[in-house]
Amino acid sequence: MAAEAEHAGSFPVDPLHQFMIHKIVPLQIGGYDASFTNSSLWMVVTACVVTAFTVLAMGRKAMVPGRFQAAAEMFYEFIYNMVRDNAGHEAIRFFPFVFTLFMFIFCTNVIGLFPYAFTATSHIIVTFALAITVFLGVTLTGIYLHGFKFFRLFVPSGVPVVLLPLVVAIEVISYISRPISHSVRLFANMLAGHITLEVFAGFVLTFGAMGTVGYVGAVLPMAMIVALTGLELLVAALQAYVFAILTCMYLHDAMHPGH
Amino acid sequence: MAQDMAVNEGVTTDTPTGEMPGAADAAHEHVTTETGVPQEAHSGGFPPFNAQTFSSQVIWLVLVFGVLYLLMSRLALPRIARVIEERRKRISSDLEQAGSAKAQTDAAIAAYEKAFAEARAKAHAIAQETRDRLTAETDKQRHESEASLAGKIAAAEASIAATKTAALANVRLVAVDVAGAIVTRLLGEDADKAATENAVDAALKRS
Repeated sequence: MAAEAEHAGSFPVDPLHQFMIHKIVPLQIGGYDASFTNSSLWMVVTACVVTAFTVLAMGRKAMVPGRFQAAAEMFYEFIYNMVRDNAGHEAIRFFPFVFTLFMFIFCTNVIGLFPYAFTATSHIIVTFALAITVFLGVTLTGIYLHGFKFFRLFVPSGVPVVLLPLVVAIEVISYISRPISHSVRLFANMLAGHITLEVFAGFVLTFGAMGTVGYVGAVLPMAMIVALTGLELLVAALQAYVFAILTCMYLHDAMHPGH
Repeated sequence: MAQDMAVNEGVTTDTPTGEMPGAADAAHEHVTTETGVPQEAHSGGFPPFNAQTFSSQVIWLVLVFGVLYLLMSRLALPRIARVIEERRKRISSDLEQAGSAKAQTDAAIAAYEKAFAEARAKAHAIAQETRDRLTAETDKQRHESEASLAGKIAAAEASIAATKTAALANVRLVAVDVAGAIVTRLLGEDADKAATENAVDAALKRS
């Protein structure tokens, strides 16, 4: 490795390999590939962690909470307040959904930071599936609650009649592009963060292959990895928060379209 | 993630932890991007855009997310909500109790202060009454003793006056007798009683 790593154009680590999906249990359902993959495995791990955290932490149901119970209650109240403050009181029935969404994305992101783990949210199809669920759910809820009046969402009040077609067109386009921005934001953040970490890890190996001088040089990218891991932890939490709060804002539009 | 890297010839193959079988079957070609970071073209291209994996990802996402949603909405969240609600109730009832206890304390303090003020007023009244009664009694006794003393003084003065008058009357009789006796001795004859009396009276008047 030491000699080969110095070859021009060669890089000891493939930054994209961590996003590879490989089948653990091949399955076919109705002609579709439904194999249990590493992605599925880590989604199941996430679900188990979330369930264990929220159920076991509340095991004693103590009046004065312990550490885990306090943390579980903190997440509960954080999301509860987020839904109530951003989507309104009427949207509180969607609180379990937003809570599941936040916890799922948050735990997937954080678990994905562990070495050898797979980050399910680094695949556009997963984030897009979540975003399109939110989009369709919000749109159907809006139409169910307000009927045709829901489409007033695209007609802002106080706009001159001349500009109205243009404004409505812009509003419709921005509404339809919501699931794209919603999903790409999370996907791109996770993807970029993991690639960056992997590239710096590759630098460490490249330097390390150069001998004693290389070991000294490798300290710098290693320090970068440490700093970036902290940053990625922040991004993991922040992107879950952003995804959840945007869901709340879209819900707010469905609840109160005529603003 | 370096342990199961799959690479083609000419690229490092002795990774730290060795290769994983199955990963190597993908044909890779080295592509160097403009940034200088080499990338490998996987069989499906960029893994997140490999449509062959979409169906299984979506199916498992729906399955896992659905189960997680059911677990959260049916099991986990109601439990947390119950605990939080119970705590909120407990705190508000405790606060209520504390409030009522405080009201009771305040009432007790007010009652105590009222009783205290009443007792004070009563004590004051009793003291005033006693003082008045004692003053009246003392005054009465003083008046009585003053009256009896005045009576005694008057009686004493009367007896002094009587004694004086009697004494003065005795002086005249003695003077008359003495004068009569002196005149008899000097003249050898009995003195005229009336004249002696007159002389004595005149002398008494002069003195």
